[in-house]
Amino acid sequence: MRRGKLARALLILTFVALLVSPLFIKRLSTGGHGATASMDPTASLARFGFHLKEVAQTSGIKFMHQAPTLDRRLNHIMPQVASMGAAVSIADFDRDGWADIYVTNSGEGSKNALFRNMTDGSFKDVAAEMGVADLNELGTGVSMGAAWGDFDNDGYEDLFVYKWGRPELFHSDSGKRFTRVTDKAGLPSWMNANTAIWFDYDRDGLLDLFVGGYYAEDVDLWHLKTTKMMPESFEYAKNGGRKYLFRNLGRGAFEEIGERVGIDTRRWALAAVAADLRGSGNSDLFIANDYGVSELYINDSKRFREMGKQTGVGFSPKSGMNAAVGDILNNGKYSIYVSNISEDGVLIQGNNLWVPKEGTTGESLKFDNMAREMGVEMGGWSWGAQFGDLNNDGTLDLYLVNGYISADRNRSYWYDFSKIAGGNSTIISDAAHWPAMEGRSLSGFQQKRVWLNDGAGRFVDVAQAVGATDTYDGRSVAMADLWNRGVLDIVVANQKGPLLIYQNTAAPENSWVAFELEGRTSNRSAIGAEVRVHWNGKQQVQQVSGGSGFCAQNQRRVHFGLGKNPRIERVEIRWPSGKIQKLETPGVGQVHRIKEEE
Amino acid sequence: MSRTGQSAVVGSPLELSGRRKIRFDNRYVAPLFITCILLVGHISYGILESWERTAIAIVFAIIAELILGRIFFGKWLNLASAYISGISVGILIRSPALWPYALCSVISMMSKYVLRVKGRHLWNPSNFGICALLLLAPDTVTALSVQWGNFIWPLLVIWVLGSIIIWRAKRFHISATYVISFFAFAFLRSWITGDPWRAEVAPITGPMYQLFVFFMVTDPKTTVRSKTGQCVVAFLVAFAEMLLRLNDVVYAPLYALFIVGPTAMLIDIWWESRARRPDASEAVQPI
Repeated sequence: MRRGKLARALLILTFVALLVSPLFIKRLSTGGHGATASMDPTASLARFGFHLKEVAQTSGIKFMHQAPTLDRRLNHIMPQVASMGAAVSIADFDRDGWADIYVTNSGEGSKNALFRNMTDGSFKDVAAEMGVADLNELGTGVSMGAAWGDFDNDGYEDLFVYKWGRPELFHSDSGKRFTRVTDKAGLPSWMNANTAIWFDYDRDGLLDLFVGGYYAEDVDLWHLKTTKMMPESFEYAKNGGRKYLFRNLGRGAFEEIGERVGIDTRRWALAAVAADLRGSGNSDLFIANDYGVSELYINDSKRFREMGKQTGVGFSPKSGMNAAVGDILNNGKYSIYVSNISEDGVLIQGNNLWVPKEGTTGESLKFDNMAREMGVEMGGWSWGAQFGDLNNDGTLDLYLVNGYISADRNRSYWYDFSKIAGGNSTIISDAAHWPAMEGRSLSGFQQKRVWLNDGAGRFVDVAQAVGATDTYDGRSVAMADLWNRGVLDIVVANQKGPLLIYQNTAAPENSWVAFELEGRTSNRSAIGAEVRVHWNGKQQVQQVSGGSGFCAQNQRRVHFGLGKNPRIERVEIRWPSGKIQKLETPGVGQVHRIKEEE
Repeated sequence: MSRTGQSAVVGSPLELSGRRKIRFDNRYVAPLFITCILLVGHISYGILESWERTAIAIVFAIIAELILGRIFFGKWLNLASAYISGISVGILIRSPALWPYALCSVISMMSKYVLRVKGRHLWNPSNFGICALLLLAPDTVTALSVQWGNFIWPLLVIWVLGSIIIWRAKRFHISATYVISFFAFAFLRSWITGDPWRAEVAPITGPMYQLFVFFMVTDPKTTVRSKTGQCVVAFLVAFAEMLLRLNDVVYAPLYALFIVGPTAMLIDIWWESRARRPDASEAVQPI
């Protein structure tokens, strides 16, 4: 009898202990979340090796993004339908050696901006005089993003602007003006695209263009034939936009071959990145899809095979909004970062960090989601993210923006959102069935994440401490050394918010090296080229990217932090043509301009 | 969720080897059904966070039941109830972490042994475990709130099969009362809030409700004894859910059952003990 009572008492005690255990687990897990309080620049520089200062206005940049006003039948949910379009892409369009910034706007009649780097610390909007400002005229749709790439190998970066509407391709006339060549290129008259990247999929030395549709291309969001244009499912939707692969035929002509070469998905693409994930020499294509699984298209330079499930990245459906690659473990392999949605108490998808599984490569390549273990899982309603070594310590860090709709701080739309998200396709796919938002917020006013890589497999959020303190609805992030100081600055495009420039100050004791590549046999932008730096017994690989993140493009220059007292042993460049070029002990603290050997 | 049809209803005998008959125990119908839902759902749509998570939930529920049953009842219990609880946790809990699956299963099973009055446990085990985790770990745990796939037919198949199974277990009236009440209150909510009625109806077309309607509100161990009482409780769960929904509570059905279920059980237990009292008083009546 006494034994029974004792057992029961123990049972009750254990039960209570288990009930309160989540509170202790939370306390333990937040213990390692880094610095949540703000710090003065000197302190953050000393502790984390860098500090960020927002300098857009003082640099002459006053850009405010405007959202479109779509068909009035979407009025009740307008903030969430018209929730994209703030985008930033970096290029040195005039080849003066200084990074310039292109920013899209999305209000009808609003202007895109091309901020020329004046080399004195300031920027000047030259979009109108260069002919790339007025792209949001009523009836032509509105801009969603842009991607730079020298499609005719004349040495100057050309510009593709993707839209919910008529896409536009501009040829750079020696960096002095842009000429519209959309019709000659043979691009479609209408698409609803939210991602585009340049890459030379067939390695013929000409850049090809991938464009990912979001809404179906027969939807004119200003003149809806039907309100049944929403995703048919929150996690399994396949009624999105077409995917295009425009093969560059030379002389400014393109041929759409997406379906023919195996890219025939109708998922809701929001981000794409191309990288040689298998070491095959070909750029594989990763697509992060909203309302569904991610897709990984393996490229054999002629055809693509979708291998998302086989590689592990395409099984659990989430809300993919970002695709960025980085060698985060300094082992010469790319991991892929995909952003998703997390909202306490409602929806915890968690972001994905797909790390190549040890011992797998080539055809057997597999990925593990290590976001939780490495500390980069929870980012709120996450959007754009980019890898870059922010403190030049020799490991890649991660900058993430977030926040969906910041409206009324005290009223949330989450309950109604979750209600409709659980509905059958006949309900969720019709905008008319969605409850009105009525000025409510949906994961708004969120704090950004700046995850510092400790080099031992963990990232620590230091955003507040290092000065990334804004709470705008962030969309697109790009990194570039804007003032040629040997550090990566950060440009953030916010939906219905200002363009932000975070000027980075890194600890001077950490060294760096950068490479600007120019292809000869390969495409002249050198997009797809890989630079592998070996130093102090370590290695890191980076690639020249034709677009990554969410509606973003980093500078083409690849920047390596090297830490203290580095000794570079060697640098290998693998060009898209397949050629390997080696550099012996290049100097640190400088930008090396390398041309592909003939 | 504990097992449905647990009251040892014996199913149709299957003729085997001419003379030998094997009886299919109705206790295994519900586990079989929920396993089918799980397998079909995951193979076709990938509904689970991962196999590992669901396996963890099931294994921990079974281990907890084995240990607790041995300690407190002195025997190895039938594991159908633990299996259903574990699989329900594995489907209904959504978390990128592994520990909530184990913890939720263990808390669910323990609640049967701790939260008892006069030999009856008050909460449906997985309802208790899931609500506890939703309240105590909202930054890590959510519940399934999206539909599986886009097609109407899997949903219809689940509803039809579920209805047949519940009918056989003599608990169809509970599910039917709840569903009818839900629709009535959905239209009422639509009228009150001005939201489209389809938006109010939308949740019941999702899988969380399929599990809720067939496995949770019908749990024989945590429902009142009289048939009328069961219908009244199902109606009250739907009513409480409406009130919670009007206050923007995302997991309204789970919380409604969490509140109404044990309250009804306590009243039922009190009513039962009160009904027994006259017999006792008769026994000591003075001459």
